[in-house]
Amino acid sequence: MNRKQVAVIDYGMGNLHSVASALKHIGPDIDVAVTSDRETIANADHVIFPGVGAIRDCMAEIRKQQVDKAVAEVMASGKPMLAICVGLQALMNFSEENNGVDCLNVFSGKVKFFAGNPRFKAAHDEGSASGERLKVPHMGWNTVEQRLPHPLWHNIENGGRFYFVHSYYVEAEQKELIAGACHYGIDFTAAMAEKNLFAVQFHPEKSHTNGLQLLTNFLNWDGKW
Amino acid sequence: MALAKRIIPCLDVDKGRVVKGVQFVDIRDAGDPVEVAKKYNQQGADELTFLDITASHEARETTIHTVEQIAAEVFIPLTVGGGIRTLEDIRNMLNAGADKVSINSAAVKDPDFVKRAAERFGSQCIVVAIDAKSVSAEGETPRWEIFTHGGRKPTGIDAVAWAVKMCDNGAGEILLTSMDKDGTKDGFDLGVTRAISDAVPVPVIASGGVGNLQHLVDGVINGGADAVLAASIFHFGEYSVPEAKAFMRDNNIEVRL
Repeated sequence: MNRKQVAVIDYGMGNLHSVASALKHIGPDIDVAVTSDRETIANADHVIFPGVGAIRDCMAEIRKQQVDKAVAEVMASGKPMLAICVGLQALMNFSEENNGVDCLNVFSGKVKFFAGNPRFKAAHDEGSASGERLKVPHMGWNTVEQRLPHPLWHNIENGGRFYFVHSYYVEAEQKELIAGACHYGIDFTAAMAEKNLFAVQFHPEKSHTNGLQLLTNFLNWDGKW
Repeated sequence: MALAKRIIPCLDVDKGRVVKGVQFVDIRDAGDPVEVAKKYNQQGADELTFLDITASHEARETTIHTVEQIAAEVFIPLTVGGGIRTLEDIRNMLNAGADKVSINSAAVKDPDFVKRAAERFGSQCIVVAIDAKSVSAEGETPRWEIFTHGGRKPTGIDAVAWAVKMCDNGAGEILLTSMDKDGTKDGFDLGVTRAISDAVPVPVIASGGVGNLQHLVDGVINGGADAVLAASIFHFGEYSVPEAKAFMRDNNIEVRL
């Protein structure tokens, strides 16, 4: 039997070591390629679209290295794809970060700054009065409410904790595609699902047991649900 | 349910061994860093911090190798600090598997280093470590200054103003150690923790002085810390991470169990 091929899309932004290392840990018999090569990505059985850092630089590299085309090809192919953190944000219409950046338009909705949201500010001020402050970035372990029954939630408790680190959050317009929600001063989108694509704001590769379970579910997923 | 307060065991590493000293002297051996890291991962630690306390040029290769070994087996965030002076140092640590780096003396020497680091790698992976010492006399308004070189070198810089400046420069988190309390087991310096936590928009990790579980609770509730860091209470088996979390939960602090 051929070994399962997993491509982690590398467009020069941030550290993909953690993702590759977690995949190798849970699937010692898989091949993990950290790559920007469209052919390698097209030939993989599973694709991961990560992202770290500022959105302007990410989008510039995504366009320059034609990662946008690779992502569109993977989506059309029906093979399972998992987007992580800025990978999710890049799939939206637009991000407020870096004075506004157009993104990939796969999902409808915007990426917004926590501290720019009046309801977040109100929650922040209310917390400050009682000695508790809402810090930005939203950093640490928060609970994820599962909104859709999806194979990637298999064996993960509803309300289980995952590791987040981000200052901007996704506000999805397509509520029916929200697979997971999180609350930090305000409700925001923690996971989205459509066809063969699953996208998360948190870092499964850093989320201990729950994260490794989600990555295992992803490797076992055929892209349908 | 809300964001959990984090418990972060700290590995002070000298020449490839976890050590723990009292106010940076009287060093005790606490084991192999990879084994220690695995133990805390299994216990449910929320993150790990690895501080290379020798940080000499020769030790650097050993540190990178150890970080690689830890990162291959531990799937929670890992911060590495000690002797981070250049963008190249940061890149090497991130490539070795660190998720964040902690910058201390290099930021004092060149505050713009933090700005360049945050622009290049993102604020999410830039932790600025502050070693603060009380400099106000009894009865005066409390004031703290920052010290570098393992607490030996005074700088004359106000700790609260410095923390605010580092956040303006792009620090994503502050690791605050009280030099007065470190190693004493008397509890955190709650005054400086509260002053800095109230002054900055980013999360603050309290460090230095933990001797029992009530100290962790005090750091969060009275100090306003978002995370609490401790070393010796965990290394020498006085308390386990699950015991610490259960105690915090019983004191109405949200934790990841």
